[in-house]
Amino acid sequence: MSSILHRRLAAPLAVFAIAGLALSGCAVDETNGGSASGGGPGDAGTVDGVVTVYGTIADTEADLLEESWADWEEENDIDIKYESSKEFEAQIGIRAQGGSAPDIAIFPQPGLLSDLASRNYIQPAPQEVADNVAEYWSEDWAGYATTGDTLYGAPLMASVKGWVWYSPSEFAANGWTEPTTWDELLTLTQTMAETKGKAPWCAGFGSEAATGWPGTDWVEDLVLRQAGPEVYDQWVSHDIPFTDPAIQTALDSVGEILLNPEYVNAGYGGVESINTTTFQDVARVLGNGECSLHHQASFYDGFIQDPENGNATVGPDADIWAFMTPSIEAGGNAVVGGGEIVGAFSNDEETVKVTEYLSSPEWANSRVSLGGVLSANSGLDPESAESPILQEAIKILQDPETTFRFDASDLMPGAVGSAAFFTGIVDWINGKPSDEVLSQIDAAWPSE
Amino acid sequence: MSAVQPIDLPVDAETRRQLRAGEAKVEAPVKRTKRRLTSRGATIASLIIAVLWTTPTLGLFISSFRPAGLVTTTGWWTIFQNPGFTLDNYTDVLAAGNSTLNLAGSFINSLAITIPATIFPLVFASLAAYAFAWIDFRGKNWLFIGVFALQVVPIQMALVPLLSLFSRGFAIGGTQIFPGLNAGGSYAQVWIAHTIFALPLAIFLLHNFISEIPREVIEAARVDGAGQGQIFFRIVLPLTMPAIASFAIFQFLWVWNDLLVALIFADGAVAPMTKLLAEITGARGQDWNLLTAGAFISILVPLIVFFALQRFFVRGLLAGSTKG
Amino acid sequence: MSAFLAWIAQLPPLAQIPLVIIAFLIVVALILFFIEIAPRSGKLYTGIRFAVCILAPLLVFLALGSVAWAAAVAAVIGGVFFILDYRSKEGGGYLFQLVGFLAPAILLLAVGLIYPSIKTIFDSFYSGRGTYVGFNNFIWLFTQPSAVRTVINTIVWVLFVPTLSTAFGLAYAVFIDKSRGEKFFKVLVFMPMAISFVGASIIWRFVYEIRPADQPQIGLLNQLVVWFGGEPVSWLSNSPWNTFFLIVVLIWIQTGFAMVVLSAAIKGVPTEQIEAAELDGTNAWQRFVNVTVPGIRPSLVVVLTTISIASLKVFDIVRTMTAGANETSVIANEMYTQFKSFESGRSAAFAVVLFLLVLPIVIYNARQIKKQREIR
Repeated sequence: MSSILHRRLAAPLAVFAIAGLALSGCAVDETNGGSASGGGPGDAGTVDGVVTVYGTIADTEADLLEESWADWEEENDIDIKYESSKEFEAQIGIRAQGGSAPDIAIFPQPGLLSDLASRNYIQPAPQEVADNVAEYWSEDWAGYATTGDTLYGAPLMASVKGWVWYSPSEFAANGWTEPTTWDELLTLTQTMAETKGKAPWCAGFGSEAATGWPGTDWVEDLVLRQAGPEVYDQWVSHDIPFTDPAIQTALDSVGEILLNPEYVNAGYGGVESINTTTFQDVARVLGNGECSLHHQASFYDGFIQDPENGNATVGPDADIWAFMTPSIEAGGNAVVGGGEIVGAFSNDEETVKVTEYLSSPEWANSRVSLGGVLSANSGLDPESAESPILQEAIKILQDPETTFRFDASDLMPGAVGSAAFFTGIVDWINGKPSDEVLSQIDAAWPSE
Repeated sequence: MSAVQPIDLPVDAETRRQLRAGEAKVEAPVKRTKRRLTSRGATIASLIIAVLWTTPTLGLFISSFRPAGLVTTTGWWTIFQNPGFTLDNYTDVLAAGNSTLNLAGSFINSLAITIPATIFPLVFASLAAYAFAWIDFRGKNWLFIGVFALQVVPIQMALVPLLSLFSRGFAIGGTQIFPGLNAGGSYAQVWIAHTIFALPLAIFLLHNFISEIPREVIEAARVDGAGQGQIFFRIVLPLTMPAIASFAIFQFLWVWNDLLVALIFADGAVAPMTKLLAEITGARGQDWNLLTAGAFISILVPLIVFFALQRFFVRGLLAGSTKG
Repeated sequence: MSAFLAWIAQLPPLAQIPLVIIAFLIVVALILFFIEIAPRSGKLYTGIRFAVCILAPLLVFLALGSVAWAAAVAAVIGGVFFILDYRSKEGGGYLFQLVGFLAPAILLLAVGLIYPSIKTIFDSFYSGRGTYVGFNNFIWLFTQPSAVRTVINTIVWVLFVPTLSTAFGLAYAVFIDKSRGEKFFKVLVFMPMAISFVGASIIWRFVYEIRPADQPQIGLLNQLVVWFGGEPVSWLSNSPWNTFFLIVVLIWIQTGFAMVVLSAAIKGVPTEQIEAAELDGTNAWQRFVNVTVPGIRPSLVVVLTTISIASLKVFDIVRTMTAGANETSVIANEMYTQFKSFESGRSAAFAVVLFLLVLPIVIYNARQIKKQREIR
């Protein structure tokens, strides 16, 4: 080798050598997941007196969460470090792949948990947790924490969706009654629109990066009520596509209300204002009486009672109350709800102890008694809950007659459930035909 | 670099500095001639731009002192028709925090992340930019273009590999070459990540200035027997200080306002303000009005930095070392 | 190093800042010192060079906490490097200087950016589950109306943001140059740069927000429309104009950058030339076009390039303001969305398209650099 050649090649060679080293080095550890017997991205954890928990629950609700396990931490000498992030859905995937996952994560979407579980990031549920799930949760709920044939965690809290908020005093004054079938609801809407001379319904789908999600709840309610739980399950698992007539019918039924300029958007303007109105803001027009009907989950009572927002009371005899979105035939009992599943990336002794405690009725009672949430744990004492809407929701959850289905968008893969479905709804409200919207959503379904 | 260059006399840096000081003194009469040139139309145009650019921020500023109920129902410009003054937004933000961290702590974290993450890339980038400008080697242009092109790599693509390196280390064929930083819960990861992401742009910008230094200055120093190390430290650094200081301001701003990198690499007790502010809006974003106050609390430090380093801006980012 | 970092992490945050910076500067000073003495001839210096060649990699590997035999490999690398350096045509120590200047930056870039970008290109041919799918991800991307729309939007961003921000920034810089209160004027336009994206998205919420016609508007733009007797418009939901309203936000932010850099460049244009042109009887516009613009041409290229790349990578604005709904999505946002749902293949395909889009900018700059070298 002549020295000229050295000079010509030295620098580029050095760069390539370094890059090559980096490549070959990192390539080794890029394999997915780890086995259940420790190692891998789960890191299997260490017994160090600290268990890290990561989730979406933030702010005051996070304080209550920490309060709910404070006594238990004392007794067991384990420090539970809770961290929350609004960007949880994106962060957890990055952290799992990057090998710095928390010990435990609280998943608001079972779909995300099974995504991670199918990539071998999540430890299968330990025996103690599996026993608790078998004893205190219904088969439906256990199914949501299962991927393949393996149970990966236990449910934590729950919420019931599909309430229609209204003003009991306004109903009484006009002689209106709570509808018991979907057709009655449409007739009532028509009557209200004629009586008031303006739109009765209000809706707000705005939610920053998740704009459109309240609309998915509408569609899920209709699919479950019109087509039934079997079709609903097939839809969730993509055995039938979004373009299936059953889904098309449900979307068009929702459109009978939401796309009708005579029915929406009370207090805001035309149909398109649904997208630009934040879902929190609707409580304001509901509270001041500009809007008579609003479809939203049980958590909404907080916004209605907020003096800065709705500034109204909630209860059967108060300013605002709610009825469940009626089924097609009278006497239907299917509801859509949401909740969290607790999955663990580690399997050390301390993490197992914490997950076991979180799946126990002791924890459920401890947390529900602090107010604001409920749990589908059958060991839950209904007396724990205070607010009327939560008591109503617990009744539904603990009623053996109830057909419970988890929010479909939370079960679907993230590419659809927390992205394409949301934006599809937004486009649909803006006037895109429903068949185009549905094929657009379906195209986002992940490749195998 | 520029197409039009004044004749460069081979003078040493010391004379040069005196010359520049002299030029600054000469500027006063020039100012007067210039003043006459700025037409009325230009004044009006610049006023319009200034107003357009400031109004949105003014709206936020006024909104940050209004109660949440008024903010969502009336425009901020109706502050006189709908008076309502409150410091609640500010007090709520200042009380923000979680069990591991409060706002004051995160403010210090922001400083502890930003200051080193501004200095590290600047030093490395000046070293590299000097080599690209003044040391000849084969493949130099291609390597430089390669570094420049790296600007386009979206940070999102680099997060996972980098995180993997920090937490699992680096192995070749089953042998750990580097066992991982083991630095979860410390600033080290954030510093390194920000340093890496800033390098391409920093090298690109600084190379522009460093290559503007007249060859004669460098040659003169060489003749005097200075080695590359001395030339870099004694001549190049002082002459490009304006550029370095200006880039430092931008880098400071980017790191101070960054959320994406902080989300991944700064967890728990070392989280910066941006991360805390992003979480204070409540579980469902209902308290977003708090962010109005948050935005102003977090803007204070960048503005202080801007004013403190203002004089370097006046001297000019690309003014080069030899022109007035 | 890990040990040092672990030790430093235990200290209070404010103590960590000076310590880490001092440690860092000591290392840099050492590098510079060795660079300085490297080319000196004589047995002593050759000995020092040899020692550093062997010791530096050894120390680096030990600092990284590596195993002993890896350090042995390092010693071999050091030896080879020493011989290459010793026989270099430029004289001993030449390579040493080069590596001393370049290595820190290049090493960091290799680990943090070069490797990820190569990995991304590979990933774009695999599915999210890691099976080889050839060009399927790209086929998916270009047969999806929404994905194609995303690419088109990104191109629209790159066409408008750099040109308009630079134009505004340049005009403003020229107008306020040498005027009274220049600093104050600069701060006004610089301010948007100092506001975080979260803050910016809220600021613009107060501009674009829509309320029904019979209620008070809280968005400034709609208030203006109403005052002029129009109907409130929902700015961010009507495609294709909504993309332009988002573009306005980035222009608002980037103008400050352009203004600061160009203002400095204008100050660099020698006053003699301006005065000479004045004596020739040219008017202000001619002077601007014929003297100022050629004088600041390199800075204009830098500013346009930097802002172009920033607009190609635009992410935060779209994410916080529309999340890509109503056909406003851009590549970086889509990339993030796909990545988050474990579709690393599709995400990488978007990234590769981004790389391809930036090629023209890179090629243009490469030619500029070549030209400059020829001039010098």
